[in-house]
Amino acid sequence: MNRIRRDMIKAGGGASLLALLAAAGFVRPGTAAAAQWNKAAFEVKTVAEVFKALGAGTPANSADILMKAPDIAENGAVVPIAIESRIPATESIAVLIERNPNPLAASFDIPAGTETMITTRVKMGETSNVYALVKANGKYFVAKKEIKVTLGGCGG
Amino acid sequence: MADPMRIRAASKDGVVNVKVLMSHEMETGQRKDAAGKVIPAHFIQSVSATWQGKVVLSAQWGPAVSKNPFIEFNFKGGKAGEKIGITWTDNKGDKRTDEAIIN
Amino acid sequence: MPGIKLRVVLALSGFALACAAHTQEAVAPKKAAVQTKKAASAPKEAITAEFEKFREMMEDASPAELFEAKGEDLWKAKRGPKNASLEQCDLGLGPGVLKGAYVRMPRYFADADQVMDAERRIVHCMVTLQGYKVEDLAKQPFSNQSRTPDPVSLVTYVAGQSRGMKIAVPQKHPKEREAYDVGREIFNFRAGPWDFSCASCHGESGKRIRTQDLPNLTSKEETIRAFQGWPGYRMTGGLMHTLQWRMNDCFRQQRFPEPGYASETIADLLTYMGVNANGHLYKGPGIKR
Repeated sequence: MNRIRRDMIKAGGGASLLALLAAAGFVRPGTAAAAQWNKAAFEVKTVAEVFKALGAGTPANSADILMKAPDIAENGAVVPIAIESRIPATESIAVLIERNPNPLAASFDIPAGTETMITTRVKMGETSNVYALVKANGKYFVAKKEIKVTLGGCGG
Repeated sequence: MADPMRIRAASKDGVVNVKVLMSHEMETGQRKDAAGKVIPAHFIQSVSATWQGKVVLSAQWGPAVSKNPFIEFNFKGGKAGEKIGITWTDNKGDKRTDEAIIN
Repeated sequence: MPGIKLRVVLALSGFALACAAHTQEAVAPKKAAVQTKKAASAPKEAITAEFEKFREMMEDASPAELFEAKGEDLWKAKRGPKNASLEQCDLGLGPGVLKGAYVRMPRYFADADQVMDAERRIVHCMVTLQGYKVEDLAKQPFSNQSRTPDPVSLVTYVAGQSRGMKIAVPQKHPKEREAYDVGREIFNFRAGPWDFSCASCHGESGKRIRTQDLPNLTSKEETIRAFQGWPGYRMTGGLMHTLQWRMNDCFRQQRFPEPGYASETIADLLTYMGVNANGHLYKGPGIKR
């Protein structure tokens, strides 16, 4: 315990607390807590800024990213989106909703052994393009699909 | 303490299909209550799925993921009877881990 | 039959006398909101198909399951002033028999000498077995952003136990038949400032309000749509709702006075609609807009 406290005090703004805890065996490396939440990417307001924050530059369009989602979402609160990347060496898939206040909705890291396919449900404030951003072998690729969002009626 | 997740993991031909439903408000921080006060953001920020000590999926989320989130993914190697664990951590530091046995 | 007439009059007198609806909306009444199918058929049918695809994706792993699971925990836990579980609750097929019970309600229960729908019956069990008070449960019976009331999760659990079964609401007991007749009267009774009855929206095929197709609940093919999907996880707000909520909200939309929670009036209406749906397959709790 003492050694850790000394290390924490010494480290100050240097090594992250998590790295120290990991070294001390308190947190297993590779657990979810180990990666810092990418505040910068989640809080910017345009797709271009998200790409920049993620280091994606100008991603190339790819026909090897398949997006399965309704053309019209009955309710923008829960829009189901399935993304499959057929690009070799895919490492991550991110979902961006262009017209949301903050376009980055989610980012999935896919280790070797896991299929490069993810399904989730996102909130859409209005009709918008939805982007699937794939990182493969250090390079970025993108596909997009427009999803219309309707208002519901009285019943159902 | 948040309500438990619903995890379904089914193995077929060496691939495990995993479906997870989580119980979480996923409050964006953009809404106001009846009195006009902003309802503070409360959402899952990170998720990880573990099998045999190995992370098979990890994710970072913003509040645009729907309330009572759902994810589905597939990973290779899991067998019926083995366990899969899902953990989420939210922006308030709350955390939840649930496990399920692969069918 | 003086008995029924009196019951209908009592049930409906509230509607006729009410001056103010239980929830006023700021918007002007939309009397002409219902449109017939002919108006915009091709694009509308394509939209309906898209919505069906959408609902399929959602129903694959419906958030309703979270409430079913919660309901199961609540059913089995020892709770309330009597510190008892609900496992001895008789839903019509014997104490603790859950499979097939939901699709056989509303039904007559001898121990209460009343026809009861699922929620009314579960509340009854919470009172008699666990010692809860009806008044307390009736205070805030519907889900909101802060909480989902226990009966809602319980009804969802019980409903899930009838997944995949045929609807078979009984009409054997005279009170069950009476409930059907009264329910039909209520369904067709026009009242409120817009002179609406349930039949105004649900008495004809091909009607729609904005983007929701309205089921014709007097047509054998469409009656399933009053039963199916309830309890339902409403995507708007992410809230779990039962038929008690749906009936309350319909009354609100018709600018009727608020019906009593788990009241005889609702049991009668649900009997009418339930019996009309007999024979259809119940797929379990669903997704609603």
